[in-house]
Amino acid sequence: MNISRPQADPLIAKLEILADAARYDASCASSGGKQRSARPGGIGSVTGSGLCHAYTPDGRCISLLKILLTNFCIYDCLYCVSRRSSSVKRARFTVDEVVRLTLGLYRRNCIEGLFLSSGIARSEDDTMADMVRVVKALREEHGFRGYIHLKTIPGASAELLREAGLYADRLSMNVELPTEASLRRLAPEKSPGRIKRGMATTRSFIDDAAEKPRRAKPKTFAPAGQSTQMIVGADAASDLDIMRTSTSLYASYALKRVYFAAFSPTGHPSPDLQSKPAPLIREHRLYQSDWLMRHYGFGLEELAGGMTGGMLDLTIDPKLAWALAHRALFPLDVNTAPREALLRVPGLGVRAVDRLVAARRYARLRYADIARLAGAMRRARAFIVTDDHRPGTEIDSPALRARLVPQPVQLRLL
Amino acid sequence: MTLYAVPLPVGADTELFRNAAKGCVGLGLSPDKVAFQPTGHQGFLPEPPWRGAPAKPFTTPRAFLEHMEEVACHNANDRFDLLYALIWRFARGEIGVMDRAEDITLSRTLNYARAVRRDIHKMHAFVRFREHYLEGKTLFVAWFEPLHHILHKAAPFFVDRFPSMDWLIATPLGAIGWKDGILTFGPGGTRPPDTDDGVLDIMWATYYRTIFNPARLHVDAMRREMPKRYWRNMPETKAVPELLRRAEARAGMMIGQPGDATPTFADRIAARRAEAQALEDAMTAVEARTIGALRKEADGCTRCPLYRHATQTVFGEGPSDAEIMFVGEQPGDQEDLAGKPFVGPAGQKFNAALEQAGIERTKVYVTNAVKHFKYEPRGKRRIHAKPNGGEIQACRFWLEREIALVKPSLIVALGATAAQSLAGRTVAIMKERGKPTAFGEHHGLITVHPSFLLRLPDAEDAEREFGKFVADLKLARQLLGRARAA
Repeated sequence: MNISRPQADPLIAKLEILADAARYDASCASSGGKQRSARPGGIGSVTGSGLCHAYTPDGRCISLLKILLTNFCIYDCLYCVSRRSSSVKRARFTVDEVVRLTLGLYRRNCIEGLFLSSGIARSEDDTMADMVRVVKALREEHGFRGYIHLKTIPGASAELLREAGLYADRLSMNVELPTEASLRRLAPEKSPGRIKRGMATTRSFIDDAAEKPRRAKPKTFAPAGQSTQMIVGADAASDLDIMRTSTSLYASYALKRVYFAAFSPTGHPSPDLQSKPAPLIREHRLYQSDWLMRHYGFGLEELAGGMTGGMLDLTIDPKLAWALAHRALFPLDVNTAPREALLRVPGLGVRAVDRLVAARRYARLRYADIARLAGAMRRARAFIVTDDHRPGTEIDSPALRARLVPQPVQLRLL
Repeated sequence: MTLYAVPLPVGADTELFRNAAKGCVGLGLSPDKVAFQPTGHQGFLPEPPWRGAPAKPFTTPRAFLEHMEEVACHNANDRFDLLYALIWRFARGEIGVMDRAEDITLSRTLNYARAVRRDIHKMHAFVRFREHYLEGKTLFVAWFEPLHHILHKAAPFFVDRFPSMDWLIATPLGAIGWKDGILTFGPGGTRPPDTDDGVLDIMWATYYRTIFNPARLHVDAMRREMPKRYWRNMPETKAVPELLRRAEARAGMMIGQPGDATPTFADRIAARRAEAQALEDAMTAVEARTIGALRKEADGCTRCPLYRHATQTVFGEGPSDAEIMFVGEQPGDQEDLAGKPFVGPAGQKFNAALEQAGIERTKVYVTNAVKHFKYEPRGKRRIHAKPNGGEIQACRFWLEREIALVKPSLIVALGATAAQSLAGRTVAIMKERGKPTAFGEHHGLITVHPSFLLRLPDAEDAEREFGKFVADLKLARQLLGRARAA
């Protein structure tokens, strides 16, 4: 890393290499696990809702110690900083070193736990077995009960996946790219089939553990479920391609999350890959549409209808884009509209809608009431009606869109 | 007009407030007549005689009690006045008070509660322990500056997490200590000087600097979630100015690099992997014209778009010299995950019927007309979708080759899709089922798909249809006997 100073401690020198290699993984979440406390004499707990211990100037949260076990890799995926043809410095942690880092930082309350990923050294099974050894040591030798996210390796045996799920709260396997065609081009040695089979195996283990236990002691397998990640903007896939793929992934593998990572140059580019970074706002819009489909009742085809050339509007959020394309449905009377319709009002979130629906059982709500329970009304104003607020023709005004486009300065920082 | 004041000593628990509030309700004091003073007695207003007040029973919603505990932690001086205004309304029998987030009083207490929860959350997140050695024992010490009176509510998190360490969290509003398994609360203090802690000052600082990606600067998001007032107790933030100053230059270097010089070991690994691949290809070539080789070939099938969102090609299964071949429609959810045909609910029905008909599953070849799962995603589930003519046509390529290799004496089509693929025309299943037929040069039989049996809502219908299905399978056995004799 560029701004590092020479490190006398070899562990710190390795940390610089193996944390640098891990920063392209978007997920750092410690949520979704079952709540638990430390055992007597042990250390570590899981709150269930996740906790961010610090934020870096890229706006990302640090929840877990996110490192690679090694960045040696026999694969040559063009987008990856650790591919074998990269000139990056290489290192490898021992089991003890990962334990020292994890417990050292955990005791100082810097992290919720460990996110362990790895380059594939020697073979898929060898590396997966090494990773399982690390988490097994943390759990069994050191009584560590904090959160563990383990990246699993496509092609590793089902037996190793099963063991990984015994110790980890969350497992993930990256689909890497939105389409198989892109994967074949940018990661020719990776097999799309192996990746999907790996997620299918993990889902089957999760399903088994969720079944009513026939024996006295229920089985535990990755209580925080599984997730995956795809890189956005390293290939020509459209936003719609990406959303189609993520929708089928959610349906197929009981995923808690599909993460999108805007392609970011690494400083060690492959000559065969353009090194233009993807706009971060594109990643943000994809997350927003993902949220709309999972929590706001929007269907993929509905959102697709409002897109141009399969791409989301970068200047406004997808809910506002949808509402502006369906102005005939607005303005809505907040005192009578059903919950599903209210969820589609720009500027009203799930919590505001739930509060609104609860409150209107007791009294007709006025505009100031809505402002008190929903917060800022800048976006919602033109889309709702109350007894004392009739936006009239504002909804049909061509200037409405311009008024609601966020200021450019915010865009730059996104 | 305010006539009375109820002094609440600093740090008093909510029990005292609740009793005082009940007493004031008993005295009939409306919220405008009484002020609650959480900083002790102020001014000259007399305390109302609430201690001896007549009890006036009323119920408070359960949601309020938890809410009150949170609001009481807030540092605003009117917090108890607002809570009393809510209690007064419960006492008067008003319903729905806690549901009316638009109400001026409740919307304020909801904001107080949210601020308190956020303060607790930030304390859990931003406390940093430094390791000290005292009289041969290790003690972890932190200094934190909360906004609100949250220590009692924040403490259990640290107890649950660090029971085997001795630790002390000092704050201006009080201290929490955990030693030898005992939790104690002490008075507030002043910020002690920082002592060295290598893990915090070097390991943690290194991690913080390294995990930051200078190509993704978003300072507003950082400051929104980690307001500056916390920074002086978070050693990692010392690096922020330098990270910001150099971010643009570093990002420029990350983008502007020419292609990498390939390290020498990369070529060695590439050669080794190419060798392994060549060996595998050679093995496959040797196996050519076996079911195993065909299965491998079909694994990478992209003859129709169904491969894109399915997990894998679900190829046929069974002995390569089986006498009967069963052909179904397509794999379902479970088959797609397992990579094996007929293992889901329909497969279990199928197995049960085979057993009744006296056919051993392990001796027959079972496959599908279409080998990838076609579905519509619905949230966390996949809904089966019928393959179209083009998809059936594309997949006949594989079915024909399976038939050519296995050379079955009898082919049984399960359902319309299989019959269409094998007969090359649309088949009315209910008309043609249970009669000997021919698929090209092969003896054939058509029957229903076992998933049809699962869809019948009426138990009697289901039983009758299951019987007819078993009868068709028994006929298959007879036809096989005749084919053998011929």
